[in-house]
Amino acid sequence: MSPMVRDIALLVLAVSLVLLALTAFGERLRARRSQPDPAIEVFMTRVDSWWAMVVLFTLALVAGHWAVTLLFAVAAFAALREFYTYSARSKADHLSLAMAFYLILPAQFLLVAFDLQRLLGVFIPVYVFLLLPFVSVLRGSTDNFLARVSETQWGLMIAVYCLSHVPALMLLPLPGYAGRGMLLIAFLVMVVQTGDLVDFYMGRRTGRRRIVPGLSAKTWEGAGWGVLAAALLGMALWWITPFNPLESAAMAALASAAGQAGGLVLRAIKRDRGLRDWSHLIPGQGGFLDQLDSVIFAAPAFFHLTRLWWLAT
Amino acid sequence: MMPGMTAARPLRRLAARIAGQAIVLFARAITAVHADWRGVGPSPRQRVYFANHVSNADMPMIWSVLPHALRLQTRPVAAADYWLKTGLRAFAGAEVFRAVLIDRRPDARTEDPMMAINAALAAGDSLIIFPEGLRNQGPEPLQPFKAGLFNMAREFPEVELVPTWIANLNSVMPKGEVIPLPLMCSVIFGAPVALREGEERGAFLTRAAAALLALKPEERT
Repeated sequence: MSPMVRDIALLVLAVSLVLLALTAFGERLRARRSQPDPAIEVFMTRVDSWWAMVVLFTLALVAGHWAVTLLFAVAAFAALREFYTYSARSKADHLSLAMAFYLILPAQFLLVAFDLQRLLGVFIPVYVFLLLPFVSVLRGSTDNFLARVSETQWGLMIAVYCLSHVPALMLLPLPGYAGRGMLLIAFLVMVVQTGDLVDFYMGRRTGRRRIVPGLSAKTWEGAGWGVLAAALLGMALWWITPFNPLESAAMAALASAAGQAGGLVLRAIKRDRGLRDWSHLIPGQGGFLDQLDSVIFAAPAFFHLTRLWWLAT
Repeated sequence: MMPGMTAARPLRRLAARIAGQAIVLFARAITAVHADWRGVGPSPRQRVYFANHVSNADMPMIWSVLPHALRLQTRPVAAADYWLKTGLRAFAGAEVFRAVLIDRRPDARTEDPMMAINAALAAGDSLIIFPEGLRNQGPEPLQPFKAGLFNMAREFPEVELVPTWIANLNSVMPKGEVIPLPLMCSVIFGAPVALREGEERGAFLTRAAAALLALKPEERT
């Protein structure tokens, strides 16, 4: 067994044990009630969705680079669809939106698949940024123009550019870490998710000062606990990263902080659009954007800091 | 198409079933279409789903969100001049959707379109209809209803008339565009509208239209 397969197996085992504990916990609560409790049912649907995600993610990791890239490309498609369903657009944007879905999204993930790192970072923020407003203006409609082209670009940045940095983590040529890039993805997703969960749980119990009172119940205390928990988990998982234990904790804390910021930002957008969830596609969790909001913000920051610090390029 | 004729051609029926599943898959993959059973549940009662009409994809959309068992007993009412134009359309209309085809041209037609509709309802089928008649391409969210819905309510009082709003489909493929955009759509089923004792045609149609319009999601400004 290669060291990487062994490490993946260990991680999957650990995560499965946690999920098994959560499932058992939920089933016990369920068994105690005579009537079905909606809160427990929501919790159990969420646990089921986590199981599905862990299975899919593991299969992709085992299948190889292309499968991980494809998995995130599909997620990006679903996320972009959720974003554009509620974004400012008009009939005049039809072609630029079609290009976003059918050309730009696949192109960005092909850049990842073929390891074209120099283009990957600038394709959407530079070339697409300049091209798409031009495609939209050709139709001649100037109503609400700036809002339309801005939201089109924002959707691509969030759902495609940021998200593509998750599989792009496999591309970093870190010294002594060749071929183990997939573990860095597992690391990022695990510390960010843990930070979110601990923030949610501790925020409910110990939270006093809300970060944005009118928008969310998220508190500074909860966020602090979340970042701390992410850092501890990061330190515990240092052996799957290219970092030493302290660096690993610091990177995990940073990813969790970025992720929690992302949760708030996307929540503000949902509030503005009058939405509770982006969609209903993931049972118990809402949409892909609801599920991925933290990872979306954490991935590019994590990617670039890793490159700056450990590769200095 | 007589039932006996289709039964005699198992290959064609198999093709129709495969095509039907492909349409459902395609609708779900592109638009993630979602059924919101707001006023009624997906129960096997005999129903007429009456819906807003903005695009040719309206009918396949409703058809796709119905649970399989309901889909088997539900037939769309569609225009013969459109669905008989080419061989492919004739196959889709008659065998995939099992449409009740009616002639829209009052001057050229030989039989009353209500005859075919009444026959389908009498046979126990549920129907999908678009009471605005033609596709709505104006700025108003809903055009005035044609009288057919009133006739069905009067002739078949035991059939539930379910208002069915198709949301967002117009931005998937606005008129004149060829590439469909993958944006999320939903189909919202409201509470049934029944004819009241002694209610006039105009009053009933207005009330049914209002019930349908009430399902329309609020638009952002």
